[in-house]
Amino acid sequence: MRRTTASSTAVPPRTTCRSRGVNRPEPTRRPLPTVSKLFTSDRGNACAMKILVTVKEVAEAADDFEIEGTDIGEQYLEYDLNEWDDYAVEAAVQLSEEYDDVEVVSATIGSERAEETIRMALAKGVDRAIRVWDDDVAAADLDVAAKTRLFAAVVEEEDPDLVLSGVQAADDGFGATGVSLADEIGFDWAAVVNDLETEDDLSMAHVHRELEGGIEELTDVDFPAVLTIQTGLNEPRYASLRGIRQAQSKEIAEFGLADLGLDADAVASPIARTAMYEPETESDATYLDGAADEQAGQLADVLRDKGVVSE
Amino acid sequence: MSDVLAVADHRRGAVRGVSFEIVRAGRELADDLGGDLHLAVIAGDVDGFADRLSLAGVDAIHTVEAGEEFNHDLYAGATAALFEELAPTAVLMPNSVNGLDYAPAVANRLDVPLVADAVDLAYDDGLEATREMYGSKVETTVEVSEEPVAVTVRSGEWAALEERADVPVEAFEYEFDESASGARVQGFEEVGAGDVDIADAEFLVSVGRGIEEEENLELIEELVEVTGATMSSSRPIVDNGWLPKNRQVGQSGKQVTPDVYLAIGISGAVQHVAGMKGAETIIAINTDPNAPIFDIADYGIVGDLFDVVPALIEEFN
Repeated sequence: MRRTTASSTAVPPRTTCRSRGVNRPEPTRRPLPTVSKLFTSDRGNACAMKILVTVKEVAEAADDFEIEGTDIGEQYLEYDLNEWDDYAVEAAVQLSEEYDDVEVVSATIGSERAEETIRMALAKGVDRAIRVWDDDVAAADLDVAAKTRLFAAVVEEEDPDLVLSGVQAADDGFGATGVSLADEIGFDWAAVVNDLETEDDLSMAHVHRELEGGIEELTDVDFPAVLTIQTGLNEPRYASLRGIRQAQSKEIAEFGLADLGLDADAVASPIARTAMYEPETESDATYLDGAADEQAGQLADVLRDKGVVSE
Repeated sequence: MSDVLAVADHRRGAVRGVSFEIVRAGRELADDLGGDLHLAVIAGDVDGFADRLSLAGVDAIHTVEAGEEFNHDLYAGATAALFEELAPTAVLMPNSVNGLDYAPAVANRLDVPLVADAVDLAYDDGLEATREMYGSKVETTVEVSEEPVAVTVRSGEWAALEERADVPVEAFEYEFDESASGARVQGFEEVGAGDVDIADAEFLVSVGRGIEEEENLELIEELVEVTGATMSSSRPIVDNGWLPKNRQVGQSGKQVTPDVYLAIGISGAVQHVAGMKGAETIIAINTDPNAPIFDIADYGIVGDLFDVVPALIEEFN
């Protein structure tokens, strides 16, 4: 079943998803769609939708670690797909399963080591991947603006209808790239999305934004859009053996700054990390020591003493 | 150019607590710079909010009357317009969920560097911010070599500034047509309603990622049964669908203040601590002696929950 049947353009439907490039109009602010608008499509028909998912390989520090200079020593770091991005990948793959002709492309800024993480995303159903890296990028301390410029260049190349990113990265936790990118490329956006429903013609999404204190904001967002995805939106799948096998033959395209029409200025950052240290522990906890049964005995006494358990 | 512009946060008719904290952060930074603190109040009952925020140390309040609730196009546009008008050295915005939705757009639009989620700020020949990394395991200093700069500040890091004063209020004209905005708020929904209100419980047994598997929750259920406690959890347990949302303690879940909060396999991320630090007695069981939960615990057990919890159940059987 195709979802682009109502299109009135003369271009015949194609089954492959290719960039629609220059033919696409500049994104414009649209008024609230009327009901009839919701059931028609003017989105062209080369592809129902292309989704770009930004994916980051993040470092997690071991329980015991040492700081070397302004970072944790490499030997204490383990790398994995950013947890928030895992939910973003799942959201994209689910949309590709729900609709015909949806292509999911992941974009990563990262060294060759990140390919392992990218393969995981490919194994989960991402169609192909882009990895941005070169010596200038490697040497840079990328801030939000620099990441925005790199991803904006990828967006220009790929021309997606929807960009999904994680709310934040688990390691440096800026939580800003998705919205900054949206503003830069002129897409609409919603941050901290924990519920997502799309209109059948893929013209817009009804999202929930997870506010503080158990309140959710219900918002309608026009496409093209950037949504930053909160954990809990869905249940990220595990890669199947078949998926892992298929991922081996999927394309990971490498882009350097020059390939994206950028130069080293694009990754220059005025923000520098000049120190890293372990926070002073303020713990004045009374530790209950001994073997597990001794610890449990002391804990039971504390609970009885506080009057929250009888006996 | 040595002023600071801070932006207040409000929701559904009430000024949010972080607004009083951002005023203190802004005042301290303005003092370092030798400049004024301007406070922006955008959307809703701006005059009422301006009155609430007439605080000692604010030099001027700028109200933007447009719309009822938060809209990121309005906030980003009005903040950027005020910034251009006032030409401050720094603009401070809250690192709230709404801050996440507009602050990066402000920085991008103004083409200024963004430091997100600052927990401390200083100015010495340039802005220096303290930030956490690696899930609060370390703190970092970042220095910004360009001005002006945009900063988002974490809630709960600066003491609320409550002292009142007469502050001049000026209306700032900003044209905004909400119907033309590509992201339109349709309403709000309270989540987490259910059979149990964990906020009422005197004794909470709260479980986190350390439980590892859904079936291991049986162990905690047994403990809850023999002690008469109420079960709550940290975020990952709810994200995994193992417990309903009404059991979640933390920034996006419930705020709880029980007599005793027993945290089992919870590391104590800042978002979780925000929801339970008001408990009278906090007890933590965790294998990692460096877990931040021990910083706020009154009693600590460094050990494996799969050894300690069965022994504790035995104590009450």
